[in-house]
Amino acid sequence: MADMNNLSRREFLGLSLKSIMALMALGFPKKLLAMTGLDGYKMEEHLWGYGIDVDKCIGCGRCVDACKVENNVPDEPFFFRTWVERYAERKGEKVEVDSPNGGRDGFPDLKNKKELVKSFFVPKICNHCEHPPCVQVCPVGATYKSPDGVVLVDPGYCIGCRYCIQACPYGARYLHPKKHVADKCTFCYQRITKGLEPACVQACPTKTRIFGNLKDGNSPINKFIKAKKVLVLKPDLGTRPKIFYSGIDKEVR
Amino acid sequence: MEIIEMLYKLLPLVQGFIYPNEIELHWGLLIVLYPYITGLVAGAFILASLARVFNVSEVKPTYRLSLLTALAFLLVATLPLLAHLGHPERAFEIFFTPKLDSAMAMFGFVYAWYLMAVLLLEIWFDYRADFVMWSKTERGLKKWFYKILTLGVNNISAGALELDEKIGRAITVIGIPSAFLLHGYVGFIFGSVKANPWWSTPLMPIIFLMSAMVSGIAAVMLIYMVTQWLRRKIIDMKCLDTIGLYLFNIFVIDFSLEMLDLIHRIYEAEESFDIISLMMRSNLFWTQFVGQILVGTLVPISLLGISFFFSAKPGARKKLYFISSILTLLGIFAMRWNVVVGGQLFSKSFLGFTTYKLNLIGAEAYIAAAIAVLPLFILAALLYLLPPWEEENR
Repeated sequence: MADMNNLSRREFLGLSLKSIMALMALGFPKKLLAMTGLDGYKMEEHLWGYGIDVDKCIGCGRCVDACKVENNVPDEPFFFRTWVERYAERKGEKVEVDSPNGGRDGFPDLKNKKELVKSFFVPKICNHCEHPPCVQVCPVGATYKSPDGVVLVDPGYCIGCRYCIQACPYGARYLHPKKHVADKCTFCYQRITKGLEPACVQACPTKTRIFGNLKDGNSPINKFIKAKKVLVLKPDLGTRPKIFYSGIDKEVR
Repeated sequence: MEIIEMLYKLLPLVQGFIYPNEIELHWGLLIVLYPYITGLVAGAFILASLARVFNVSEVKPTYRLSLLTALAFLLVATLPLLAHLGHPERAFEIFFTPKLDSAMAMFGFVYAWYLMAVLLLEIWFDYRADFVMWSKTERGLKKWFYKILTLGVNNISAGALELDEKIGRAITVIGIPSAFLLHGYVGFIFGSVKANPWWSTPLMPIIFLMSAMVSGIAAVMLIYMVTQWLRRKIIDMKCLDTIGLYLFNIFVIDFSLEMLDLIHRIYEAEESFDIISLMMRSNLFWTQFVGQILVGTLVPISLLGISFFFSAKPGARKKLYFISSILTLLGIFAMRWNVVVGGQLFSKSFLGFTTYKLNLIGAEAYIAAAIAVLPLFILAALLYLLPPWEEENR
């Protein structure tokens, strides 16, 4: 090893070259692997699906919080990638629905509990439709469905026309107040491609939220769909959602 | 951030339950202006083509005025869209990398086709002989301006003029379906959104088209009367009566279609009907029932009807036409408002409403106001540079 304080020009250049090669050997192939999907994640072997077992939800809002933290969703109560709604039916009255701050801080106590017929929580999230109307209307193709069935937005390409927000029947999209582009749930794509669950699924203390690969017969989502009678939201619109609900009531849209 | 402050002010105004992402109403005043302006373009052009293609000689005095009106509004038609984009600097992606099954992506091409291939060409062929003459008679800057506009084609022989006329006619023939396409297509942008029951109807393109013709004809009628008064020239009553009759007829068709849509909704009473009928009775009462239907449609149709059926005197007819055209323009604006804003007031959960307040939208209101008056200045400049008046040209 040359004396570091007295490097000749030749030694300095040689050392620099070696360092760069070492860095490339360590870092570059990893990037290359990730780009080609050779790091273990094979897009074509996956089709992501998501289940919600409404009877299990306690409305704690941990999922909403986890999502906001994991995905840097703006804090204000106007921007949600996932939220929780509460339905309360009283004798002889219309169903009352609320979702204060998207349910992030839990829910205040219901009034007139004696009059209550039933009450339940419904977590909501992008339905990652098989026929996503948001993708259909995007004028530049900035929002797209990936081969593994996740509807994503390219924030470097979105022009912010908001047509997709209008086209979404589920209110799952918002315009990011700082980036001025459409934003939405990605199933935590940065996590699921590494074998992790979406943040909301991991944060749920009651296993209300179920996630998995629809192409894998033994995945939690396939087990859930087999074991329960599941519904999707607004099936009449032909969007073919991939969020499957068990236990929702007639008022839920 | 301005938007966040506004949303906090809107939060307590929410009625019932709406999805939390729905508090922000995404297409506001600017997007109300967009179909209004393109509608004026299409309507004015169709009035112009009446004279040229269908040989309705009575409306000849407004032929060039209609074309220039269409151009003045067409030039600003994209501004409200551009001003509304989150990333206006990426607007040209719509042209360069369009997604072909997106209704919105095609607007750029329809617009460009209409502006470049139809309107500018038609105006050029119609004015070509005048350009040549003005380039000889005018002085200074104006002389050069017209010289450039001739594009070096100085032949004004009888044969050349006949060819101009033929080509101009051919362009108009192409132009009519193009104008239909331009505005019917704007209707499709809304009518094809299946998530929104207020918009989603196959009647939307045809209603947009009819209302476009109504507004464009009313606009040219008003502009014709005002410019004649300003120039202290006599109003050609034959021309005005014919325009008024067309306005009346098309307005009746337009209104019938809108009522057909409404009756259909009431009779079918689908899932969304409860929230929509509540909206029409409360949030949209003033802008739809009073503004659009009563003041903006029934009153002008009645006034026009009175002027025909009771054969009012010319002086009275002028007044009736004047008032009707203003009310019509307001009524169609209200219609655009009720479609665009109304379609976003109710939640897609069908359980509640958000609000839209002009005093809370801040800069958007000023930008929209500027865009709304800009075509009038452009039209004034066009009228100065390309005088359309018959008596001076022919």
